[in-house]
Amino acid sequence: MGALYEAFLDLTATVGITEPVLHGMLIAAILAISIYLTLYTGMFTLANAGFMAIGAYVSVLLTQQLGWGLFPAILAAMIVAGLIAIPIGLPVLRLSDIYLAIATIGFAEIVRILLLNFDNIIKSIIEGILASDNEALINRVMTFDANSELLEIRQLTNSVRVRFELIEGARGIKNIPVLTESWMLALFIIILILFLIRLHRSRFGRAMAAIRQDETVASNMGINVVYVKNVVFVMSAMIAAAAGGFEGHLNRIIEPGAFGFDRNVDILAYAVLGGTQSIIGPIVGGLVLEALPEVLREVKQYRGLFTGIVLLGAIVYLPNGLVDPAGVKGLFGTLFSRGKSKREGEVDAA
Amino acid sequence: MELFLQQNINAISLGAIYALFALGYAMVFSILGVLNLAHSAIFMWGAFVGLLALDPEKAPLLINFILVGTPLTVIGMVVEYKFIQPGMNYTRSLHLAIQRLIALIIRVIWITILALIGQQIFIQLMPYFPETLTILPVVALIFASVAGGILSIALEFLAFRPLRERKADRLAQLISSIGAALILVNIAQFAFQAVYGRTEAFYPRDVTIFGIGTDPITLGALTITPIRLMILAIAIILMIVLQFMVQRTQVGQQMRAVAFNEKIASLLGIDVSRIYILTFFLAGAFAGIAGILYGMTFLVTTPFIGENIALIGLTAIVLGGLGSIQGALVGGFLVALIQTYSVAFGGSSYRDAIVFVLLFIMLLIRPQGLFGQPEQKRA
Repeated sequence: MGALYEAFLDLTATVGITEPVLHGMLIAAILAISIYLTLYTGMFTLANAGFMAIGAYVSVLLTQQLGWGLFPAILAAMIVAGLIAIPIGLPVLRLSDIYLAIATIGFAEIVRILLLNFDNIIKSIIEGILASDNEALINRVMTFDANSELLEIRQLTNSVRVRFELIEGARGIKNIPVLTESWMLALFIIILILFLIRLHRSRFGRAMAAIRQDETVASNMGINVVYVKNVVFVMSAMIAAAAGGFEGHLNRIIEPGAFGFDRNVDILAYAVLGGTQSIIGPIVGGLVLEALPEVLREVKQYRGLFTGIVLLGAIVYLPNGLVDPAGVKGLFGTLFSRGKSKREGEVDAA
Repeated sequence: MELFLQQNINAISLGAIYALFALGYAMVFSILGVLNLAHSAIFMWGAFVGLLALDPEKAPLLINFILVGTPLTVIGMVVEYKFIQPGMNYTRSLHLAIQRLIALIIRVIWITILALIGQQIFIQLMPYFPETLTILPVVALIFASVAGGILSIALEFLAFRPLRERKADRLAQLISSIGAALILVNIAQFAFQAVYGRTEAFYPRDVTIFGIGTDPITLGALTITPIRLMILAIAIILMIVLQFMVQRTQVGQQMRAVAFNEKIASLLGIDVSRIYILTFFLAGAFAGIAGILYGMTFLVTTPFIGENIALIGLTAIVLGGLGSIQGALVGGFLVALIQTYSVAFGGSSYRDAIVFVLLFIMLLIRPQGLFGQPEQKRA
């Protein structure tokens, strides 16, 4: 199996897809699935990068500080992200299209800013507790502090000085153990696909599609719209957190800057390019969009420009994305029978 | 007390810029019902063009670019509307996707040819320009606003009109505007690299508008930079002009009619597409002016200044109620006040976080804004 994988990598390296690129592609595919879930339910949320950041930080702290294995750490990260998604989703998902988009952008930014200032916040909380000038408390904390590398508390003449470095703000966490391997990502994607295929055929999946088509009708049909939307949001958050967890253990370093608005736009671009008509669409979109800048070497330095053109071009010229079952059928149909194409063209022109 | 007054003065000057910027968001939203997330990129381009115009060493580049670019753009538009768009019909027998693809390829080819010609003329013309060229700051303001307006119209044609004609939903237009923003910001990065060699550039410090300069005046314990007052005055005059235009002129009446109901306005003989172009131009022009004023205030500009103000502008229009022009004004000043106070009392690192928390809470408890009426839901 290992030899086979090596051979596969040798083959793809000829077109510029080396192992890190492959990892990036697979993570993009997971992220694309995460946004596909919400888009499929008709919710335009841009919080995925925020949940990804939560997943990355939680799992990295668990493996680095507590020595957990990768799988329990990612599982824990997914649960944490899911738990955070519930109180966020309950109020936010009442909003509709543009309001929802703005609110979720706001959420993702708040997560990023909190990560940047997390250490300072904790520091000032500790300082606040110690400022009560309780001699016993300070002594107790300082004895606790003696065997901790993260927290340093020094008593000066008339005040307490606290240093706390867990997340290290904009500098990011360094020296993260590299634990993620390609097969884990591939396996996770396969599990996700199987899960989603099963989901689409279930009562819940049909409810998701119904809500996308018409929320009012769906609720008249007896679908609990609030419940379905929230569960989908939580699932999406958990998948994004898993992607974050995997990505955190790839590069030895994570920093809040990697989970900003740009990342959200990238994730959105995967789904828009691939199309959200079927589960294959966003995966293809993610793989293609991550691979193309590497395959076309010249494009690499124009990465952002390329993403922008893909986003704009796809939404204008490929409204249903690259993978569009109906579109493929229509294209072949019109190539072989002229009459039908005219009708279709007229409809579109009108 | 002095600190309090000082903070208020800073906040009002900043708030005027935010309000100018948020106005554009609100105008586009009220008339088209879509959120133009590329608005912040136009703001950034306004700051960049304004910088080029104010920097005596770079001004020749800008003038040259305008001299070369204007006729080429006119030629390009004539070709597009006289030859390419009518000619697109010859592909009618093919499938729509292929038609679109052919049209796209033709467009890319001739735009590239035009751009290459323009580049050559630009290089040939460059030696004829003087080394330094001082442009009046007022002219720089006009340059920035026109640049913003033109970019905004380009956005309308590239990112919004095709989708509107297809009757795509609002989210598709939101996505296309995100794409357009990304393109504009990245082009700006290359432009910064080409002109300044890095992605950060500084405004000249000694800019004077109508003789009012940057030397701080001290009034008791207060320190006021006169140009900030000038910036405030310009912003307020522009807002009054806009308000007059929308409320008192015939064009403004037409704009309000289109905002109320596009179909009925069109039945009444209003050229809806012209109103859209006008709206985008005005919004872009305001963003461009906001950009150059922001640059004059903070004396530095990068390709990324739009990112922050995009969310500030969003917060401002959400506070005032999406699509309400007066709301955007109030929202802009309010956000600036809150930001300034959070810096004064908390710390600068939470400045943005407080704005976003405000945005978030506002959306949850009063999505229609502080003064808006709840939107009637039409099922």
